[in-house]
Amino acid sequence: MAYEFTKEDLKEIEKLKTKYPEVTPVTLPALWIAQNRFGHVNPEVQKLVAKTLDLPEAHVHGVATFYTQYYKEEKGKHVLDVCTCLSCQLCGGYDILNYLEDKLGIKKGETTDDGMFTLNEVECLGACGYAPMLQVTNDKYVNHLTEEKVDNLIESLKNGEQPEYEKIGMPRRNNIK
Amino acid sequence: MSKPDWKNFEPVLIPDIPDLDQIKNYEKNGGYSALKSVFTDNDKWPDSKSVINEVKEANIRGRGGAGFNAGLKWSFMPPADGGPRYLACNGDESEPGTFKDRKIFEYNPHIFIEGALIAAYAMEITTIYVYIRGEYKSYIDMMEEAIQDAYDAGYIGKDILGSGRDIEFYVHSGAGAYICGEETSMLESLEGKRGYPRVKPPFPAQKGLWGRPTTINNIETLAHVPAVINRGAEWFKGVGAKNHPGPVLYGISGHVNRPGVYELPSGVPVLDLIHDVAQGIKGGKELKAVIPGGSSTPVLRADQLDGITMDSDSLRTVGTMMGTAGMVVMDEDTDMVDVLWRIAHFYHHESCGQCTPCREGTGWLEKILLKIKNGEGEVKDLDLLLDLTTQMEGRTICALADAAAWPVRHTINRFRDEFEARCKKSVHALA
Repeated sequence: MAYEFTKEDLKEIEKLKTKYPEVTPVTLPALWIAQNRFGHVNPEVQKLVAKTLDLPEAHVHGVATFYTQYYKEEKGKHVLDVCTCLSCQLCGGYDILNYLEDKLGIKKGETTDDGMFTLNEVECLGACGYAPMLQVTNDKYVNHLTEEKVDNLIESLKNGEQPEYEKIGMPRRNNIK
Repeated sequence: MSKPDWKNFEPVLIPDIPDLDQIKNYEKNGGYSALKSVFTDNDKWPDSKSVINEVKEANIRGRGGAGFNAGLKWSFMPPADGGPRYLACNGDESEPGTFKDRKIFEYNPHIFIEGALIAAYAMEITTIYVYIRGEYKSYIDMMEEAIQDAYDAGYIGKDILGSGRDIEFYVHSGAGAYICGEETSMLESLEGKRGYPRVKPPFPAQKGLWGRPTTINNIETLAHVPAVINRGAEWFKGVGAKNHPGPVLYGISGHVNRPGVYELPSGVPVLDLIHDVAQGIKGGKELKAVIPGGSSTPVLRADQLDGITMDSDSLRTVGTMMGTAGMVVMDEDTDMVDVLWRIAHFYHHESCGQCTPCREGTGWLEKILLKIKNGEGEVKDLDLLLDLTTQMEGRTICALADAAAWPVRHTINRFRDEFEARCKKSVHALA
């Protein structure tokens, strides 16, 4: 399959160029645009990004493979990144990961046969106080996970609903005293 | 040493004011008055040096972990030569246990924007980039919006408030790499490359982004600047611990009843933070250990905590550091071998691979710890681990190897009996 950017994507990339004194820095945001468009940045998409920015393919490949959030191959429709790092480990992150492995019938790093879910174990996502948690396809965080909350999340994702941003209230002063 | 009156402290960075993220509300509550003062009051701020001096005097110790005086860092910028100069704001926030800057992005983005603009004014900087980790997509969107609002209000852009100064302000999203929180790695990532830390010198103030003078500050550090301008360095120095002053965003996580981010003065006793602020250990269990400021800061046993306060001087007396003030609390049932293995796994995963002692060393730390965790280790492996840490520390371009080595060394030394108990019994009879 031939990958092409849409006119809007190209306009967006042109706009990005004005943010920096040269074109190389557009590599990261352009890879983001590509991933949002195609769902991944496989070697073919990396070539497209290189061609569009007039940069060496090796450079774009080097960048794409350095950063964990770029998918170097096709993933499931929903990618579940479960944090198991330190605070999440302490608060049951591995239980959530194991529960999801059993529920989806796959191991971490794998995708379900129907292509709906990819399950990953990831490093600290910076939500330590709201552990255990996971991130859905590089976007929303789902915090304070329980098995019930995981069940509901999987159900709603299957129904085509995306999770809402969870606003976590600031600790109020009168509660501290 | 006197205890700060933390119970009556009024938060500055994340006060209890609804919808402060809206620019109109921020302005209504005194927002952007520091910026107006610096940009337009020539009597109070005759030149940019006067701003730097005030910030230097306040002694805002960098909140990203290194604890360096922010104003002093600003003073390292060479004189302006008419070319571009950059401020790179570090919102990479990836050290396990750290989740504080996101509160500024969400609840009070303009206090950070205002602080960054004042910093740019003081150092005659032309362009500001805020680097935010890619996982914080929600916060990236919030910051884009807040910066646009500040552009529309005339606080960013051409001839700001009639001062003749032009400053641009952009968001740059990361894409998943802990190492990009290291300042020169962040510059590489901003330049669109793999996040390999740079050899220093030259320091970023001399040769930073695109070879031009650049200063890198943490988000919280910059967010402290407006209050220093409005209330003065003396006020800031009067908050909390003497040598590590000012309000601090404490992120408390792990086995506590009320984890979260709390803004309190520096120098609050560690035990107050655990028992009063975070309301004690979950399930009424006993406290076992605390990591005070992110996963790289050496762990403390519960019996080391009496009278210890959250500031660099006090924490040094028990062999640890303030770091990012991201405190991880562990209860009596915590398996320290498991915890240390998971920390070692993190650093192995995040090593950029540039320097051999780190690329290989972090791998060996993880492998040996996994062996011990699985009950296959021997007591001599503990000494091998300790030896490895000395082979890694200080032998690499950046501090990731140090950050990987410290927790291994200190967790083994402080919980040695637990590690030995997990090792296989020696087959050799003692003489």
